[in-house]
Amino acid sequence: MIAQAIPSYALDLFLPRPFQVTGVRRETPDTVTLRLRSLHGDSLSFQPGQFNMLYLFGVGEVPISISGVHPKTRDLEHTVRAVGYVTRALVRLRKGDVVGLRGPFGRGWPLEEARGRDLLILAGGIGLAPLRPALQYLMAHRRDYEQIVLLYGARTPADLLYPTELERWRGRLDLQVFITVDRGDEAWRGHIGVVTTLLPLAERFLDLRQAIILMCGPEVMMRVAARELENRGVAPEQIFLSLERNMKCAVGFCGHCQFGPAFICRDGPVFPLPQIRPLLEVREL
Amino acid sequence: MADPEVRTPTGSLWRMEKAQLQTLMEKLTQQGYTIIGPRIQEGAIVYDEVHRISDLPIGWTDEQDGGSYRLKRRGDEAFFGYAVGPHSWKRFLHPPVFSLGRTRRNGQGFEWTPPADPPPRYAFLGVRACELHAIAILDRVFMGGPYVDPVYRARREALFLIAVQCTTAGGTCFCASMGTGPKAPPGADLILTELPDAFVVEIGTERGAALMAEIPCTPATEADRAAVEAHLEETARSMGRQLDTADLPALLYRNLEHPRWEEVAQRCLTCGNCTMVCPTCFCFTVEDLSDLAGTQAERVRRWDSCFTTAFTYTAGRPIRQSAKARYRQWLTHKLASWWDQFGTSGCVGCGRCITWCPVGIDLTEEVRAIRETDGALAGERR
Ligand SMILES: Cc1cc2nc3c(=O)[nH]c(=O)nc-3n(C[C@H](O)[C@H](O)[C@H](O)COP(=O)(O)OP(=O)(O)OC[C@H]3O[C@@H](n4cnc5c(N)ncnc54)[C@H](O)[C@@H]3O)c2cc1C
Ligand code: SF4
Ligand code: SF4
Ligand code: FES
Repeated sequence: MIAQAIPSYALDLFLPRPFQVTGVRRETPDTVTLRLRSLHGDSLSFQPGQFNMLYLFGVGEVPISISGVHPKTRDLEHTVRAVGYVTRALVRLRKGDVVGLRGPFGRGWPLEEARGRDLLILAGGIGLAPLRPALQYLMAHRRDYEQIVLLYGARTPADLLYPTELERWRGRLDLQVFITVDRGDEAWRGHIGVVTTLLPLAERFLDLRQAIILMCGPEVMMRVAARELENRGVAPEQIFLSLERNMKCAVGFCGHCQFGPAFICRDGPVFPLPQIRPLLEVREL
Repeated sequence: MADPEVRTPTGSLWRMEKAQLQTLMEKLTQQGYTIIGPRIQEGAIVYDEVHRISDLPIGWTDEQDGGSYRLKRRGDEAFFGYAVGPHSWKRFLHPPVFSLGRTRRNGQGFEWTPPADPPPRYAFLGVRACELHAIAILDRVFMGGPYVDPVYRARREALFLIAVQCTTAGGTCFCASMGTGPKAPPGADLILTELPDAFVVEIGTERGAALMAEIPCTPATEADRAAVEAHLEETARSMGRQLDTADLPALLYRNLEHPRWEEVAQRCLTCGNCTMVCPTCFCFTVEDLSDLAGTQAERVRRWDSCFTTAFTYTAGRPIRQSAKARYRQWLTHKLASWWDQFGTSGCVGCGRCITWCPVGIDLTEEVRAIRETDGALAGERR
């Protein structure tokens, strides 16, 4: 468990360890996937849905989900979208550069509990990043699960993450993938509209009322999707979502990530809907 | 050294001449403690290093009300004849600014040098009942969860605690409502009560017993005991404020959209004073700094406040943009969500946030207003 893995009496808890960038893959104009390997031979085991704090020397530190693990080298992957001070510097990193890393932190997706069930995965934008290791896990343990459907929405076709992998997933008979964009381009032949417009397609493959639903995306998207799902007879207990807040410590001390009674860093970022549902509807909480 | 089992067992009560407090302080210093206690600085009673009894605010008291604090001479020579000041013990256990480490590039990577100074060994002198509760609350925050904060723990574990029960209630105090005073809860090494001519000392721990065994004292009399009880009753009766805590978390949770939040936000300056003076507010931020050449960097943690807009900056904007949202976060955290997080209230009724609020916002009044119009919704009023 996480608690034992962290030394409790040393300041190590707050001091990132050096990791080298062993590869950079450009996903979209503003997003890259960094592959990281410890300079000290640390090996991290993590649950899909957990995150690390990535540190740039003297610049700052931000929470970034673990977006996968390299099948051969076991290097950890992190998909970063440039939106501000630290993330803009992170996407400029090149192979050989060094970052700091603390983690993994938080609670991940309930993949054990979902064994033997249908799964619906709903992702919006960069929200696919924390769900990618869940998909990788599910594909590696495919027989333990029933139907699996991925619904993924992005702003434009150029913003779709992991295009090669999406193609590969689309080719599988045991995984249904539906993609939509807010705005198409000349070449786009697919769906246009918000991700919830894909729900009727998902319902062709699974019974929503029996499925476990994992979602990550902008908070408005998740709020709308949760309502839409409940309207279709899904019980809140079936829905899990990953939340995002400012984080400074990742271990429940700094107070920044509070969302009502929850510390998102420690009690989340993945929550069952009933735990947070009334709070989701309160503005500026 | 005398055998504490025989001389001063835990729970026993002793009478100590006031001047002997000096001996007690000397013994603590000899044992390597840095003593922190009350002293007057810039017109207020604050907590700082004290070396002798003459450093204490002898003969002074504090007059407190919403947004006001004033020192006043007492008619007597009481050592601890005040309530609480703008400082809390928090600043010594959870320092306002703390360097977590310095780092420099080495070869491919970088290496951290954690702070070299050993953590201080403090003896706190003059800890109030509400403040003992506040420390117990911080214990839960920093040591009671899946992670333990090494900064807090190092200071906390070395701590020697000398409580002094209040014989005067402050104008903004409401510990009696919160069940946090004026009687000191267990936890202190020694618990003092000041009588006009002596201290009554209760032995709280074995450590306290060992120390008291070295101080001249006599067993407390029945009259001493009765005097202590009478003082505590009188203090409890003279609380400056009151808070009805019945069903408080649920009351606040069901009133997140109450118009009162908007009303208090009209007055609140979002200065964050209330969070700084509060003995339990624990939030901090982490800053990463580097030299101009970019070869050395430092990581510093610094007290932060949920009243700043930057506190919730996420995805291009602060989540709690309005003053209303920030005050609501603070109050509901203190009185409601703290229970869910740590199994206790986050407020001990010390009154500091009322006294040190520049505009005198009073949480007891805010709660009362919400309670009286329970269920009102913003937008319903004309
Ligand atoms: C659990 C978790 C997982 C995340 N996973 C990913 C991921 O896989 N990929 C990815 O690109 N992004 C992810 N994010 C968002 C990412 O942390 C922010 O984009 C990043 O913190 C922005 O920092 P900045 O310095 O570039 O931006 P600035 O706007 O300059 O940030 C200023 C401050 O606000 C904070 N902040 C700003 N936006 C966010 C935000 N959205 N979430 C949390 N703190 C924020 C920063 O930490 C910083 O303190 C995740 C956030 C959380 C909480
Ligand atoms: S909220 Fe106010 S009264 Fe309560 S403990 Fe904090 S400062 Fe004291
Ligand atoms: S309640 Fe008073 S002390 Fe607290 S932020 Fe508002 S104005 Fe400042
Ligand atoms: S990030 Fe510090 S408490 Fe969650």
